[in-house]
Amino acid sequence: MHSTKIDKAPAYWSSAAIVPGIVAIGPMLPGTLAFGMAFGALCAQKHLTLAEVEVMMATVYGGLSQFVAVQSWPDRLTPSSIATLALLTLTVNIRFMLMSATLRPWFGTLPAWQAYPSMLLVTDGGWLAAMRYRDHGGADAWFYVGGGIVLYFVWLFSAIPGFLLAEQLTDPRKYGVDLVMPAFYAAMLVPAWKGPRRAIPWVVSGVVALVVHHVLPGWWFIIAGALSGAVSAGLMDEPAPVHPQGSAA
Amino acid sequence: MTEFLRSDVMLAFAVMTAVTVASRLGGYWLMGYVNVTPRVRRMLDALPGSIIVAAALPVAVNGGPVVMFAILAAMAVTIIRRNDFIAVITGMAVAAAARAAGFGG
Repeated sequence: MHSTKIDKAPAYWSSAAIVPGIVAIGPMLPGTLAFGMAFGALCAQKHLTLAEVEVMMATVYGGLSQFVAVQSWPDRLTPSSIATLALLTLTVNIRFMLMSATLRPWFGTLPAWQAYPSMLLVTDGGWLAAMRYRDHGGADAWFYVGGGIVLYFVWLFSAIPGFLLAEQLTDPRKYGVDLVMPAFYAAMLVPAWKGPRRAIPWVVSGVVALVVHHVLPGWWFIIAGALSGAVSAGLMDEPAPVHPQGSAA
Repeated sequence: MTEFLRSDVMLAFAVMTAVTVASRLGGYWLMGYVNVTPRVRRMLDALPGSIIVAAALPVAVNGGPVVMFAILAAMAVTIIRRNDFIAVITGMAVAAAARAAGFGG
């Protein structure tokens, strides 16, 4: 046993995976809606127009980064305050780089004009669902793209009721909206458990993230923790082949 | 607020979008130059769990007891039912109920 992984099939397009892909991201839809509504309410409080909010939803398309940016939205936009917003966005969203990197072994055989637009749909939830599908041997690109398109349009719509109901949504924490992403993450971590050995990088990631969060302001802790976890996995030796108990002479 | 789409706001969004699109496309592009050895394979395999922990753990620890308890409840439900939807609803409901009952955080 020289490799822990069998080679997986290259990507192909078959409409058969569209519905399963949408079903897989289904659990995220209520949370996405709630998160988008809370974001719309925040934007109304910050005096952005609804048209502006929708432009941001459609172009930036990164929930956490939008939230963080609008929370610290400056009263006056200057070149330096825009640069600050850009840096803030980068620290929150640079994790997308790691996510799209993991999609290369799957999507790499597709032509660039199909693969790169697909990468624009990378989100936490869509990517995690796609990784789980891939882990079980899936190769149909529509699984990821179909779910991603639905998430995109739900997200686009979600800010509108929040913006209009801003008065009622001044404290989204009252409804537990701040738990949407952590709870979903926690739920995705459970099936990813493949024994304590494979969880060592998680521990490294968690410790580094906590330390970086403590010593550095902002959101660098996400990328610092994630990279440390991946590097530690790379430094670990290949797991020893599993022998049946008692097979040794 | 007479303007529908203010140009300075659009400029800020454009810069934020450029940064985000570069992140989304950049990882995929860079991996085209990386040979997927068993070591790289292990790094990629460790990423989902590592990103989850790095993004959620500091939030949980700093969120206080209500957030931590709600996350633990969501995980417990997942272990029992393996249903992401119920897990998310549980996490939100536990936090909302605890806050309604007067627990801070």
